[in-house]
Amino acid sequence: MSSSVNLLIGLAMGLNLLALGSSRMPSVIRIVAAQGVALGLIPFFMEDRFGWLVALVAAGTVAVKGLVIPNLLHRAMRTAKIDREIEPSIGFVPSMLLGAGGTMAAVDGAQLLPLLSEHAGTLLVPGALASIFTGFILLIGRVTAISQVCGYLILDNGIYLIGLLLIHSTPLLVESGILLDLTVAVFVIGIIMDRIQRAFDSLDTRKLTVLRE
Amino acid sequence: MKGLLLIFVPVAGAALAAAWPSERTRPWLLPAVGVVHTALAFWLLMHPPVVAPAAWLGFDQLARAVLPVVSLLFLVCAAYAVPYLGLRAERPNRVFVASLLAVLGLMSAAHQARHLGLLWITTEAVTLATVPLLHFNGTPRAFEATWKYLLIGGTGIALSLLGTFCLGYAYILGGGGGDLTFVTLMAHGAALSRPWVLTAWVLLLVGYGTKMGLAPMHTWKPDAYGEAPGIVGAMLAGGVTTVAFAALLRVRAVVDAAGEAAVTSRTLLVIGLFSMLVAAVFLLGTRDFKRMLAYSSVEQMGILASGAAFGATGVWAVLFHVWNNSLTKGALFLSAGTIRRAAGARTSEEVRGMSAITPQSAAIFVAGMLAISACPPFGPFFSELRVLRAAFETGHGAAAGMFLGCLLFAFFGMTRLVLSIVDGRPRGGVRNARRRIRETAGVVAPPLVLLGLSLWLGLATPETLRDAWAAAVAQLSPAP
Repeated sequence: MSSSVNLLIGLAMGLNLLALGSSRMPSVIRIVAAQGVALGLIPFFMEDRFGWLVALVAAGTVAVKGLVIPNLLHRAMRTAKIDREIEPSIGFVPSMLLGAGGTMAAVDGAQLLPLLSEHAGTLLVPGALASIFTGFILLIGRVTAISQVCGYLILDNGIYLIGLLLIHSTPLLVESGILLDLTVAVFVIGIIMDRIQRAFDSLDTRKLTVLRE
Repeated sequence: MKGLLLIFVPVAGAALAAAWPSERTRPWLLPAVGVVHTALAFWLLMHPPVVAPAAWLGFDQLARAVLPVVSLLFLVCAAYAVPYLGLRAERPNRVFVASLLAVLGLMSAAHQARHLGLLWITTEAVTLATVPLLHFNGTPRAFEATWKYLLIGGTGIALSLLGTFCLGYAYILGGGGGDLTFVTLMAHGAALSRPWVLTAWVLLLVGYGTKMGLAPMHTWKPDAYGEAPGIVGAMLAGGVTTVAFAALLRVRAVVDAAGEAAVTSRTLLVIGLFSMLVAAVFLLGTRDFKRMLAYSSVEQMGILASGAAFGATGVWAVLFHVWNNSLTKGALFLSAGTIRRAAGARTSEEVRGMSAITPQSAAIFVAGMLAISACPPFGPFFSELRVLRAAFETGHGAAAGMFLGCLLFAFFGMTRLVLSIVDGRPRGGVRNARRRIRETAGVVAPPLVLLGLSLWLGLATPETLRDAWAAAVAQLSPAP
């Protein structure tokens, strides 16, 4: 059981680096979607006994992270007719190196936190820390609104991995509330991006500099 | 049960507002819901209900100590909103009214959330519901402010989710089951896993601190408060920030129960004093009076955070200060909104002599500025005095000195800017505005009422409120 979980988390960690190295927006969105699907599948493999609640959460996660959110982003990108090339403020190679270093630090640092025996030996915590770090690099190191949102989603995927530690104890209501909030957040972000596009004729967040001290 | 009505009435009002056909009469839903909500909240303040320990939602002592002031602030803002939205008839108000009502309902839910996960969900929902309010003006600057609010606020809220999970795992690692209500978590405090608890505390402090606007996570605040309408600024500074602060107090009680009280107090003190210092520095430099209100709010949040570090008496004092801050800030934002509309500008270079153009609002603005910078006999003076006394009682003399220094510099900064706007001769273009902008009772009375309440709270703090704050302190730090 733990080997298939680790395989999926390893895949997600690889996708992190791929996201850092991609220079085209649609591929970053696809990478985020693939990562969401990989992570959404994990609950199916974490179980010996198969509970329908867990299956429901997993299916919901795959649907939201793999389909709904990427579709919202693709649509935002189409309607805003934005440039498909990503302009980085931290270059692609430096961000990949940073990401690789962060991943190694995550694997090392995760040993400091004690775990239940059923979670020992999984990559849940290192994978989470690496994704959170990657998310932050994308948030800081990219200038277009959509790639920042992708960074936010990768950050969120990392948090989801920590959330998996709790999947037996948090009720369905909490999980679904979190998923719902995330969907609404991306929806709201999409609307605001549309307005920014109309007001500034671009989604380059470097142009958002009127307000400063 | 009545506690749930505090959530359902505004949410039903929001749904009704979304379906309401007339632009002209829709704003009246705001005061209508506000009256019901305030009446309910104060009835519950007088007659606190018995909350089942395992309840996920309930009007418990902490909700009782804070929620009524949010409700009161909403009512007064709603009364201001009717003439305001009448003046802004060119903007459609369907989304605005519905979102404002939804924010009230969600804030009531967040204040009553007694479950770790539910607290996060409601707080995040409040953030999302405020977004449509921020870009009501529809200017490019408003969208820029909204984007920063979404991105910074979203990241902060993501970190608090991470902290929530870490705290939950600390409990499970300590042998707990799936019950993540605060009561249970506090009862099992000693068994919680220390490394996870400390990680959770840092993340939750940063996460909810972002929402409160503690420095250095305050950067969205000047933009958002500067670009949003006055009512929204008042609700953000006096309502939404209290949600985040109450959330921090609830989480902190768990971390304290885990035996890390020294860590929570020290971090709160450091981040609080740092916020006050940053706010004081920016208050000395800013030229924009709406952004000034944002930095002043950062300062107030610093007072709340550092005051909460000074033991039980400190927590009592900051709960008092929450009331004073909400009421006084409300008066400032509403009067500043009127001044801003009359002047057509916001910086001290462009705005002068407002005492001649909008004399009543200018007078309220000056009085509110004096009140918020802790001049007697307004409420903030008494609550800050109590914070200081708590600081000396707990042996934080140096911190108290820094606290006073920051207050003094903030006072210099604010008086400089406020007096330069109010004094002098109005500029030519603005002088004609006097005929255009009339200060009707509808826009003058609400901030005046808030200022009066702040004064009353300082001169005669009601016994019921003192009891409510003491009961909340007892809930947060139960005797061992």
